[in-house]
Amino acid sequence: MKNPKKKENKRYFDTKTEDKGQKTTTDNKEVEVFNIKITPELLRTHKYKKNDKKGFKKPIQKKDNSKFKGKAPIDPQKLELHSRGEGVGKGVRHPLHAEKLKKKERKFNYAQEQAARAEILLTEDHGALEVDEDSKTTAISQKIIAENVDISAAAKIFELDLDFGPYRAKYSKNGRHLLLGSNKGHLAAFDWVTKKLHFEINVMESIHDISWLHVETMVAAAQKEWLYMYDNTGTEIHCIKRMDKILRMEFLPYHFLLAAVNEFGFMSWLDISVGEIVGHYNNRLGRTAVMTQNPYNATICIGNSKGVVSLWSPTVKDPLAKILCHKTPLTAITVDNRGMYMATSGVDRSMKIWDIRNLDGPLQDYRLRSAPVHLEFSQKDMLAVGLDDVVEIYNDCCSKTTEKPYLRHRMGKAINNFKFCPYEDVLGIGTRNGFTSILVPGSGEPNFDALESNPFQTKKQRKEAEIKALLDKIPAELITLNPFDITEVDVPSMQDQMEAKKKLLKMDYTPRQKKKRNGKTFVARRKIIKEVARKEFIEQAKEAQKLLNLPEAQPAKKPSFGVLDRFVSNPKTKK
Amino acid sequence: MSKVKIKVISRNPDDYLRATKRDIHKLPRNYDPSLHPLEAPREYVRAMNAVKLERVFAKPFIGNLDGHRDGVSSLAKHPSRLAVLASGAFDGEIRVWDLAVRKCTRNFVAHEGWVRALCYTPSGETFTSVGDDKTIKTWKSEVKSPEDEEPINTLLSMSVVTGVTHHRNKPIFATCGEHCQLWENTRNEPIKVFKWGVDSLHHVSFNQVEHNLLAACASDRSVILYDSRESGPLRKVVMELRSNALSWNPMEAFIFTVANEDYNLYTFDVRKLKQPINIHMGHTSAVIDVDYAPTGREFVAGSYDKTVRIFESLKGNSRDVYHTKRMQRLTCVKWTLDNKYILSGSDEMNIRMWKARASEKLGVLKPRERTALNYSESLKEKFANHPQVKRIARHRHVPKHILNAQNELRTIKEKVKRKEANRRAHSKPGAVPFVPERKRHIVKEDE
Repeated sequence: MKNPKKKENKRYFDTKTEDKGQKTTTDNKEVEVFNIKITPELLRTHKYKKNDKKGFKKPIQKKDNSKFKGKAPIDPQKLELHSRGEGVGKGVRHPLHAEKLKKKERKFNYAQEQAARAEILLTEDHGALEVDEDSKTTAISQKIIAENVDISAAAKIFELDLDFGPYRAKYSKNGRHLLLGSNKGHLAAFDWVTKKLHFEINVMESIHDISWLHVETMVAAAQKEWLYMYDNTGTEIHCIKRMDKILRMEFLPYHFLLAAVNEFGFMSWLDISVGEIVGHYNNRLGRTAVMTQNPYNATICIGNSKGVVSLWSPTVKDPLAKILCHKTPLTAITVDNRGMYMATSGVDRSMKIWDIRNLDGPLQDYRLRSAPVHLEFSQKDMLAVGLDDVVEIYNDCCSKTTEKPYLRHRMGKAINNFKFCPYEDVLGIGTRNGFTSILVPGSGEPNFDALESNPFQTKKQRKEAEIKALLDKIPAELITLNPFDITEVDVPSMQDQMEAKKKLLKMDYTPRQKKKRNGKTFVARRKIIKEVARKEFIEQAKEAQKLLNLPEAQPAKKPSFGVLDRFVSNPKTKK
Repeated sequence: MSKVKIKVISRNPDDYLRATKRDIHKLPRNYDPSLHPLEAPREYVRAMNAVKLERVFAKPFIGNLDGHRDGVSSLAKHPSRLAVLASGAFDGEIRVWDLAVRKCTRNFVAHEGWVRALCYTPSGETFTSVGDDKTIKTWKSEVKSPEDEEPINTLLSMSVVTGVTHHRNKPIFATCGEHCQLWENTRNEPIKVFKWGVDSLHHVSFNQVEHNLLAACASDRSVILYDSRESGPLRKVVMELRSNALSWNPMEAFIFTVANEDYNLYTFDVRKLKQPINIHMGHTSAVIDVDYAPTGREFVAGSYDKTVRIFESLKGNSRDVYHTKRMQRLTCVKWTLDNKYILSGSDEMNIRMWKARASEKLGVLKPRERTALNYSESLKEKFANHPQVKRIARHRHVPKHILNAQNELRTIKEKVKRKEANRRAHSKPGAVPFVPERKRHIVKEDE
């Protein structure tokens, strides 16, 4: 494909006579020098050769091999699931960099395709519940489920009748171990699948909240006064007195941070790998027991008594975001594990579903029979709502409005809290009199990733995983609303850098003071400069105020009591 | 009872636990991004760890070849045997080394005076040495009997000879000194003599890809190109300061790099000698020798400040710097043909062997090791522009005299830039034109 305009590029050793047959001896021959003028156009067409053959294109003859149809088609949904965003597209101007970027994007697309294709290797399947057209899924009770399911799955439905007060239940990250803590001090951890008990103690104090730490050998219990940490044999390993009167705790697994909120509104984040408190400040919301973590970006969501949900990060003393959710105090809050939906419920018996990433308005608004005690999302976006003594599980309540729940489970006892077991179809409910575990078909993620959390971990694997996790520990400063912030270009500082560079080339430096600095005049001059600077600042402040149209602070009118004014205490003079 | 179909996740532990103790553990994977939250910060932390570990394992020095009794003047790589190296010293001695055990296999006195240059023939059977006593001697690479110790051939030249290089295919070699001369093994007189101007040449090199192309560094601060089939030189480019050495890119036939006295290295394209393609800055003193890696993507430069720097062909700053307290002025550097090691010969009678990539693990890597290292490499590449990662990746400990020299050079460069900017700001627009950096260092190009 020759461009008719372009000259045929001749090499410096090409001779004029083109004898292809003859082998010419090159010893003593005159070499003709060709002056090839290198123009920018020549460079451009030569260097960045694009395949725009504007002439005739050879049509690609499709080989119709009906036997060999090529690669299997990929489900576009799965492809979308694995996509990491759109590319930069045509943002790059320089053709060399654009080519490099194209190559990179090809690699990304290939990786996306391969990941979507690898889904075929997943062995397990979702749980499901299918009923006839005329009957409802809510009519299915645990008894019927137990009858229709194999024996090992049926064994997952069990109930523990315990004394010692209302129980809180939490599952470990791989869903294998269960921790129970009661208000009256009963603390127990066991492997709920094999029913093997790790330890069972009574701490002789009230426990307000419990949490697993990064491994199943360490637990934290927020007791009446301070925070205690226990081993898997029940021995107390730490007592952290800096975190006192904790109401709620959450463990951030990738940052190794134990986040806790206090009775007085103090929030603290304890880094359990080094034992330092990373953030410790008052959130000025008063006493709130409504707290959860957003697993997508590791921020803590706290519900207010004024109906405001605020998002907190350890290094920033102000909330990252505030959302006015309800007009009444909040009773429960939960965020799903992809960080897309947030469900909040208030005293006014309403439950709203929000899209956290957009924060425009509620996606859904439901009216419930009573104010829910607890809300929880499962791994497959099923929402469990705990009302009095009934747990209702909604299947697909976020993107569309559902009228009926998927499953209901009525228990005689008052519900305290519940949690979905991570890779199982199980919901564990902590009640006033113990613990109940029920089956919820289709709520858990069937295929786990063994390098993330492995329910079938051996002791050695656990130790190795702990070390790898510690190496990958994310520093607390990186907790922001958008976790992908770290990969983006910091545009303000780049602008600063560019400006600094520009300044360097045109430097305006202050000239040296050549005159002798007499002591008195020097001091006087400095005073004058200070005065001038101060006046300027005041003027600027005034102008800024005018711009903002702030009303000038008028002194509040003091109530006058006539003669008795002299007895009115001045808060300024009072100590 | 209506029909009800219930399916629950029910895992068979046999599928997830290994059968016997001698099996490996089973690790089912699921690449769903919702199971791997906080992807970006975790990758960032891993990139930081990778960069830090790279610095931890950056121990490039392997060993030294001890034996010479005077400074090492030249090195020559065997074209087909990786472990054979020939080196010449300032006392006329030539030693042949076995690099695998770092021992000298053969040593003999070759010349009276310096051994100026060494060069192996492409077959690898013989090598040629050139000395201060105006002789060009050809020796056998492998010695089986005591008779083989003598030079196969001795040629006497009229003038001092300072460099030698061999043609890739033909049995001719070129020497430089007063003029560039082409010799053939069998003839006693040079078959061709190239003259241009009066000045002498001190380094000559044949292009291994474009076999007939030859380049030489002359003492009139120029680099001259010759064609071995012609009678005269082709063109030359004159620079501000003299070039000490020259090396052709083994992958791209038309690219060569010169090591210049003005602390820089210049990469030229033969087709356009008017300005260099790239200027490589980094050294704080005159650059003495340069050699390309066999991949053509990197090259090593040794300089009068006692460091060895590795540059990438397309970048202007060095990728790495090697130095030792014991290493004094460098005279020659070579990059071995398996792209793994760098050899540096210096004034203090030692030839040092370094790793080309300082934190590389030598030896056979297990597949998991290799994947882990590849992963680290790609992470470092992905986060290369992050300030923290860049800071750690760039950081090299450098001796104090070099640090001081670098600071000094930096102030000098800044001053020059600032002065020019001021001049431009205070004169008529257009009076002080923007001259690209690459054009500044070339004086002229001649035919």
